[in-house]
Amino acid sequence: MKGLLDLDLVFVTGKGGVGKTTVAAALAQLAGRRGNRVLVCEMDRSDALTTQLEADPVGFTPREVTPGVFAMTMDTEASLREYLKLQLRVPIVGKIGGLARALDFVATAAPGVRDILAIGKLCYEVRERHYDVVIVDAPASGHVVGLLSAPQAINELVKVGPIRDQTDWMVEILRDPGRTGAVIVTTPEEMPVEETLELAGRLSRETVVPLSAVVVNRVLPELFGTREEAVFEWLLAPDRVAKISESVGGDVSLLFAGARLAVDLRRTRAEHLERLQAGLDRSVPVLLVPYLFARSEGLRATNQLATFLEEELGT
Amino acid sequence: MPGVRRRYLREMTGQGEVTERGSKTQAHPPRGGSFEGLLASREIAITCGPGGVGKTTTAAAAAAMAACRHGGRVLVLTVDPARRLAGALGLSGIGNEERRVPDEAFRAWGVVPRGELWAAMLDTKQSWDSLIRRHAPDARTRDQILANPLYRNITGRFVQSHDYIAMERLFEIHSEGTYDLIVVDTPPSRHAIDFLDAPRRMAEFFSSKLLRWLIAPYRSRLVNIASRPFSQVADRLLGTQFLVDISEFFVLFQSLYDGFVQRAEAVSRLLRARRTSFIVVTTLESASVQEVESLTREIQKRGLHLGAIVLNKVLPEYFASAMLAQTARELADRAGSVSQSLGGEPDLTERVLREIADSFLNFNVVARREAKQQQEFRPASDVVTTVPWLDGDVSDIGTLLRVGERLWE
Repeated sequence: MKGLLDLDLVFVTGKGGVGKTTVAAALAQLAGRRGNRVLVCEMDRSDALTTQLEADPVGFTPREVTPGVFAMTMDTEASLREYLKLQLRVPIVGKIGGLARALDFVATAAPGVRDILAIGKLCYEVRERHYDVVIVDAPASGHVVGLLSAPQAINELVKVGPIRDQTDWMVEILRDPGRTGAVIVTTPEEMPVEETLELAGRLSRETVVPLSAVVVNRVLPELFGTREEAVFEWLLAPDRVAKISESVGGDVSLLFAGARLAVDLRRTRAEHLERLQAGLDRSVPVLLVPYLFARSEGLRATNQLATFLEEELGT
Repeated sequence: MPGVRRRYLREMTGQGEVTERGSKTQAHPPRGGSFEGLLASREIAITCGPGGVGKTTTAAAAAAMAACRHGGRVLVLTVDPARRLAGALGLSGIGNEERRVPDEAFRAWGVVPRGELWAAMLDTKQSWDSLIRRHAPDARTRDQILANPLYRNITGRFVQSHDYIAMERLFEIHSEGTYDLIVVDTPPSRHAIDFLDAPRRMAEFFSSKLLRWLIAPYRSRLVNIASRPFSQVADRLLGTQFLVDISEFFVLFQSLYDGFVQRAEAVSRLLRARRTSFIVVTTLESASVQEVESLTREIQKRGLHLGAIVLNKVLPEYFASAMLAQTARELADRAGSVSQSLGGEPDLTERVLREIADSFLNFNVVARREAKQQQEFRPASDVVTTVPWLDGDVSDIGTLLRVGERLWE
């Protein structure tokens, strides 16, 4: 398998709240730094991605937001218009005034319609090679499987005709481990790890998209090794705490309580990390990025994350 | 053995005597402005908020506390596709059917609940099927719908159909009158807004003129659908079999029309009723706070009752202290000389002291950011409750009750 940054199409997913968008933005920055022409696509209209890149909101038409990085927001109606215009040369496109309403209506009945239009647009950009790499800030765990399996779902429903031909080439792109990959972002906490393992299973069972990497975000630094930990316990004796407090001119007991909490948090998280690694296929690289204390959002945090990812990728 | 529980809860809060609350059937003093009062006065509480903030845990903790303190039968219904609640509730797997959390799970923590805690997880497919069974005019229509490939695809594959069916299931359970309180957990907030609108969208969909127009040729048995321009395009795109499936699906669904629309309207009414309240859960990360601000606006715009805001995973207050940060800096500066004075292994001790100081200063930055965030956050509810970061996970009833205790305060 090729490296993450050699792929043409990368879906970044994970449980809500783990920093999926920041990782997608960081991967885009990293690819951009290396001189690639990058398309990064936000799948909902929250503008979270452009916020992470410190850029104004974008629409369906991509705009260069940082050097080499073009951002867009998925819009299924616009995607349908483009598709009808480019792929089928349907003559009445200009006349379909009620397209938005009709699409809304059909999508209410069959939500997969939106999924296929979204994934179709992404695959189209890959096929036409408008960019070196397309990075998708994909929906969270529960929804990404629906998105990635939409072409097969349509294949099951529609047996013949141009739609069928359309989905076939999409599946070809999506299943190629040299071109397409999913990245699951997680944190070393119980539920995110559980959901990551569950999602990894569902991706391999229900979609053709290969899992390229798991990014573990917000890994806490290790405070003490075994010897340091023994010293820490030794320091906790009341007379020593009192003595230290006296020397520094302030009560240090809460500083010690804080360190205790940090050690406990780190320990629980280390256990989850082990569980994650044990539950994943060994061929899937697990990239660790540290908890950023100083900044949690914006371009600064995104760039820092990009640097950590670069180190982890070791390329 | 209520005494055991009181002792347990006293330990939890570190406070004095915990007073007994009457069960929900008994008269209650008005307790406006507290989380506890909210759960005592409502029949349905719906937790919503951004992803990863702890909605499921909050829902489960609130339900567990209500079952312990208020008594009665309390149900926690999780609609999130991931199966996460089971572990914390000591259930091997929660299905579509409600199951009681055994009292032993509480007793293990020295708690004897006054009431009963029940749990259920939403199984979208099963719920849809039972909805079809209920509304289908006859057995033949029922079987045709259940066997229609489009129907199977929609209900089986696409999680979005959770939105409506979750509300529908809530309505069904509520109307059976089995529970004193139902606490419902929802998908993340972008979807939570969808979820608020799901019943209305469902009703609109089935009342749509477009739907009637689309299936008209099939109704009049004029199979020549190519006579219409729209169908012509659709036929070219999708192929005839798919159109037949889709039309059959809609035609069949039309027979369920009245039942569906009525039902969707009833579900909407229930969500707006005063006995239903929304609990918004968030962390103090800026992205979450922004999302929550827009979510609370949406809730209020729709005339729904916003009962409480839960600030979850907040760092302990001492981390934000400027005085302690100063002490930490002093400690870092004097780590060398302090270590010398303590004996032992000074080099190692110095390293440890520096780490302690450093770690504190790291968390101090985060805590100050959170405090600022909390200050600027204009809560739209008078009930705002804070739950701190736990050092471990919520994987048992004891931890769940610890979270519940903080909600109650």
